[in-house]
Amino acid sequence: MMNKLVKSRLFWPLIALIVLLLFNAIFTKNFFSIQIVDGHLYGNIIDILKNVAPLALLAIGMTMVIATGGIDISVGSVVAISGALACSIIDDRMKIFGNGLITALVIALISGIICGIWNGILVAKVKIQPVVATLILMTAGRGIAQLITKGKIVTINSAAMVNEYYFIGAGYLLGIPFAVFIVLIALIIVLIFVKRTAFGLFLESLGTNNRSSHLAGIKVDKLILITYVVSGFMAALAGILISSNIKGADCNNAGLFIELDAILAVAIGGNSLNGGRFSITSSIVGALVIQCLTTTVYALGVQPQIISLVKAIVIIAICLFQSNQFREAVFGCFNHSKKSKNLLSKKGAQIS
Amino acid sequence: MINSVLKKNFSIIITICLFLALFIIGSFTYKGFSNAQVFLNLFVDNAYLIVVAVGMTFVLISGGIDISVGSVVAFVCMFSADLLQKGWNPLMVMVLSLVIGTFGGYIMGYMIHYYGVQPFIATLAGQFLYRGICYVISTESISITDPTYSFIANYQIKLAPKMYLSLSVVIAILMVIIATIVLKYTKFGRNIYAVGGNEKSAGLMGLPVARIKIGVYALSGFCAALGGIVFSFYTLSGYGLQNIGLEMDAIASAVIGGTLLTGGVGTVIGSMFGVLIQGVIQTIIIFQGNLSSWWTKVAVAALLCLFVVLQRVIETRGQQVKHVKVPRKEATISK
Repeated sequence: MMNKLVKSRLFWPLIALIVLLLFNAIFTKNFFSIQIVDGHLYGNIIDILKNVAPLALLAIGMTMVIATGGIDISVGSVVAISGALACSIIDDRMKIFGNGLITALVIALISGIICGIWNGILVAKVKIQPVVATLILMTAGRGIAQLITKGKIVTINSAAMVNEYYFIGAGYLLGIPFAVFIVLIALIIVLIFVKRTAFGLFLESLGTNNRSSHLAGIKVDKLILITYVVSGFMAALAGILISSNIKGADCNNAGLFIELDAILAVAIGGNSLNGGRFSITSSIVGALVIQCLTTTVYALGVQPQIISLVKAIVIIAICLFQSNQFREAVFGCFNHSKKSKNLLSKKGAQIS
Repeated sequence: MINSVLKKNFSIIITICLFLALFIIGSFTYKGFSNAQVFLNLFVDNAYLIVVAVGMTFVLISGGIDISVGSVVAFVCMFSADLLQKGWNPLMVMVLSLVIGTFGGYIMGYMIHYYGVQPFIATLAGQFLYRGICYVISTESISITDPTYSFIANYQIKLAPKMYLSLSVVIAILMVIIATIVLKYTKFGRNIYAVGGNEKSAGLMGLPVARIKIGVYALSGFCAALGGIVFSFYTLSGYGLQNIGLEMDAIASAVIGGTLLTGGVGTVIGSMFGVLIQGVIQTIIIFQGNLSSWWTKVAVAALLCLFVVLQRVIETRGQQVKHVKVPRKEATISK
C-alpha cells in the first residue's frame, strides 16, 4: 500500500505542497485566514489560486507536449504576442479589427493557435528537434510582439472595454477569482478529451515509442501537431489573463521565463521529460507548488529576487527525491532486502 | 577526395559562406562597413559568447543541454566584482571563478548521470541557483575598478594602425583552437561523439560514459565561467540581470554552426561562425540605424529556421541515398 502510494505520480508533488503549506502554517502569520472584502474572498490562499492561473494553463498544454516526447519553449513568447494583440485591439490601435472585446479575445486566441500550428509543423512534418523548433518562435516571438505594439508598452486604462477585459484576469465570480473558473473549465475539457477518448492513450504510446506507434497505425504527425496547437492555445489564454491583470501589454516582460516555470511544473508533477506516461492533474499540483513558493517568499517579506534561489533548492530536492537511483542510494542502506528485490525486478525488466 | 571533404563539412561550409555573404552585402550597402576594425569588432564584442558557445557545443554533441550558462556568466561577473571590491587578488578571483564554474558543472553532470535527472531540469536548477546567488550578493550593479582588470580590459593588441584586438579575443580564439584539437584528436573528444550518437552502445563498447557525461558538463561550466571573466573585462561591472537568455544565443549559434541537438554531430568552429553571424546581423542593424535592436532577434530566428530546415533536407537526402545502397534487410537492422 505504502509502496504504491510512493510510486504514484501525485505523491511527491503533493508532499511538497503539503510541506510548503505546513511551513506557512507555522512561520507565516495569517496565511490561511480568508476574509470577505467587497463581496469576494480575500487571503493568501485565494491569491495563490488566482495567480497560479496562467501557469496552470501553460502546464496543461506543456504536459501534453512533453508526453509526446517534445518540449515547447516558445510559450513565453506566445504569451507576449497574444497579450500584445488583445491589448492593441481593445485600445483600438489596430483599426482593421475595431475595438470589440470578443474580437480581441478571438484574435488573440487564434494567434496562439497559429503559433501552435507553426511549431507543430516544424516538429511533426519537417521533423526538427522540438527544442530547436520552438526556440525559433521563442527568439522571434518577442520581436513579433514588439512589431504589433510598435515597440511601446500598451496600456488600456482609457479604453472603452477596459473593465470587461480586466474582469477576465482579475475579476471575481461568486466570490472566487474568475481566472480559477477558466482554469477549471480548461482542465475539465482537456481531461475529458484525454481520459474519455483514446487520445491520451495515443499520446502516451507515441511518447514511449514514436516509431512503433506509427507502425501500429497511429497518426503520429497529426497528434503531435494537435498537442502543439493545444499548447499554443493555452499560452494565448494565459497571455490574455496576464495582460488583463495588469491592464496592459509589456512585450519585454510579459511571460518572461514562464516557459521554464511551466516545464518545471510538469517536472515537479513527476512527468518524465522523455515522454510517455503523464498526468495533467499532477502538473497542476506542480504549478501550485511553484506559486505557493512564490507567495510564501512574498509573505515572509524576504527580498523577492531571492525567489530563484529558493526555487533552485526546491527543484533539486524534488528531482532528487523523484529519482529512483537517489532514493536507493540514500534509503537503500536501511533495507537491503528491498534493494536486492529492486535490482532483481530491474534485471527482469531489462530481459523482458 | 574533394567531394568527400565537401560532403563531410557541408553544413559548416554553408555557415561560413553565409557569414561571408552577409558581410559582403553589408560592405556594399553601408559606408564604412568594410573597415577592417568592423570585422575585428565582431570578435571583440562577441568574445565571451564564443567562449560560452564552445562549452555549449561540447554538451550538445554529447546529447545533453546546458541552460545554466547565462546565469553562470552573470554570477561570475557579480562574484568577481564583489570580491575585487573587497580587495582580493585579481588572479585569485579568476582562478576561484573558474573552479566554482567547473565544480557547479560537475555537480549538475553528476545529478544528470547518476540520479537520472533530466539535463534540462538539472541545469534549469543551476540557472535559478546562480541567478539567486547573484541577488544575494547584491541587487545593485557593482563596478570593477581593479587596476589589473582595467588594464586587461583596455589593453589593445595593435595589428596595424587603427586595427586592434583585445586580450579577450585571444582567449576566445585559443579556446576554439584547443577545443577543436580536443574534439578531433583526443580520446575524450571522440568519446563525446560516441556518447552523443548512442549512449547505450557507447557504454556497451566499454567507454567510460559516466566520466564523459560529467566531464562535458564540468567543461561547459568552466567555459561559462571563463566567458564570465571575459564578459567582466568587456563591461567592467557585475549586475544580476546581465545576460538573461544568453544560453539560447549560445544554443542558436551552435545550431547555426551545424551542431545537432540530438547529439553526435557538431564542430566548435561552426559554433564560432554561428556567433559571428549573429554579430554581423547585429552590426548590419546598427549600421542601418533606423531599426530597433529586436529586429536582430527576428533575423536570427529566421536564420535559425532556415538552417534547421536545410539540415533536415540534407539529412533526409543522405538517408535516402543510404537506403538505395544498402540492401533492405540490413537497413532495417541498422535502424
